[in-house]
Amino acid sequence: MKFTRRSAITVVVLIVASYLFYYFFMRKGITYSWHWYDVPKYLFYYGKRFSDDPAPAWHMGALMMGLVLTLKISVVSIIFAIIIGLVVGIARLSDEPITKYLSSCYVELIRGTPLLVQIYIIYFFIGTMLRLSAFAAGAAALSIFEGAYVGEIVRAGIQSIHKGQMEAARSLGMSYSQAMRHIILPQAMKRIIPPLAGQFISLIKDSSLVSVIALADLTFRAQQAVAQSLNAFEIYFTAAGLYLVMTFTLSMVTQYIERRMAVSD
Amino acid sequence: MIDAQNVYKTFITPDKRKVEALVDFTLHIDRGEVVVIIGPSGSGKSTFLRCINRLEEIDEGKITVEGQDLHAPKADINKIREEIGMVFQHFNLFPHKTVMENVTLAQEVVRKRSKKEATEIAEALLKKVGILDKKDVYPSQLSGGQQQRVAIARALAMQPKVMLFDEATSALDPEMIGEVLDVMKTLAREGMTMVVVTHEMGFAREVADRVIFMDAGRIVETGTPEHFFTSPENERTKLFLSQIL
Ligand SMILES: Nc1ncnc2c1ncn2[C@@H]1O[C@H](COP(=O)(O)OP(=O)(O)OP(=O)(O)O)[C@@H](O)[C@H]1O
Ligand SMILES: [Mg+2]
Repeated sequence: MKFTRRSAITVVVLIVASYLFYYFFMRKGITYSWHWYDVPKYLFYYGKRFSDDPAPAWHMGALMMGLVLTLKISVVSIIFAIIIGLVVGIARLSDEPITKYLSSCYVELIRGTPLLVQIYIIYFFIGTMLRLSAFAAGAAALSIFEGAYVGEIVRAGIQSIHKGQMEAARSLGMSYSQAMRHIILPQAMKRIIPPLAGQFISLIKDSSLVSVIALADLTFRAQQAVAQSLNAFEIYFTAAGLYLVMTFTLSMVTQYIERRMAVSD
Repeated sequence: MIDAQNVYKTFITPDKRKVEALVDFTLHIDRGEVVVIIGPSGSGKSTFLRCINRLEEIDEGKITVEGQDLHAPKADINKIREEIGMVFQHFNLFPHKTVMENVTLAQEVVRKRSKKEATEIAEALLKKVGILDKKDVYPSQLSGGQQQRVAIARALAMQPKVMLFDEATSALDPEMIGEVLDVMKTLAREGMTMVVVTHEMGFAREVADRVIFMDAGRIVETGTPEHFFTSPENERTKLFLSQIL
């Protein structure tokens, strides 16, 4: 993957911003003794996890473990959000009034309430009823929340395809679903991918809210590490950096896919 | 072959006006017949074609294709549409598929042909419409005339019993109209049943068995091309012909 100009600019901006931040600290005379050397052990450390481990070895530190959980819950939620979004997006364009109505109710309901509240409802209410684990509840809340947004993106994508495409496909004898699968969705995909990527970047960031149901994600681990080490700035900067690595990678991958898909233009 | 009886079709426009696109429309078309439909803009020509393969639902009346009632609730519309090819004014090729894929896709998905068989049929048809050398490019790299010829090949690949053409040459630059009309003429001479909406009276004169003049959702006059060129009877027909000839 090429290092594009946009990403180069991002890096420069980051460097300048951190310099300015340092400068500001000095000028204002805020005395803060930095303990960056304390941070690496929250990423990786060499030692025994438990006192009865036979020999010391390399282990993931707290932040790294949080990162893994954040990745896991994000990937699971992205997959389910895509499935929900496809169904909802197509349902909203259905001729069937009930399907149409139910799907737009879902979208309005989910988009009209805060994710944090939804997480609480799903965890404490539905999660207790169905005996969901915190992870399952968190992933469900994220999927349902982002699914509504993905649904709107999918709907807009499908609507942006000229209706002559559907007519041509149907006139060749294809069923509605065959036409969707072979003609409409592949074309809509191209237009859906950029907003979808933005949505998934939001999802990764939104996933930090699951820390409220004691899921040990990156944010949760960072809070714990701060409580333990008192190095708030260092730990939160590191956590922010790790989120950035994830979102930035995702946006690079999308750019790559977009370029690949541009062949038929 | 195609039988439309007392068909009514009314559109409700977004501003709630009623537009009568087809009014008590009755027409019978025989196998192997080439029927050219002419008429002013908004007279319901496209609507009639689109009702023949049920891209539009009709309000009243009955349309049968080869004896199958198209708008019956139980009609297997996908099955019937396999037998009806349609060519659109704006080609409607699938832009994300190559020329070859455009012609093979429905064969594989709908007719369940193997890739090999579909490709052989597609090659023969692309050769017939004179565009085999472009089989691996995407539609956006073709001229309008080339795209329309691919669209014709795509429809023919389903081996339809009827071909519907809705102003197939209207969106083309003048120098490309001929190449598409030539393909259509060849088809007509091979005995394909065709319903052609066009303003190309030269085409009508050469291959049409019957010309139908429509206005305001009704058939106003019908006859041989000769009749229309030499002795049109209706005043509206005369006025329309004087404008396009
Ligand atoms: N989807 C629609 N919604 C509302 N009105 C429509 C719709 N489709 C067609 N009409 C109206 O129905 C009438 C017949 O339209 P149609 O497209 O069949 O005419 P046409 O003879 O094909 O005209 P043209 O030569 O402009 O293509 C027109 O008045 C048109 O405005
Ligand atoms: Mg028309």
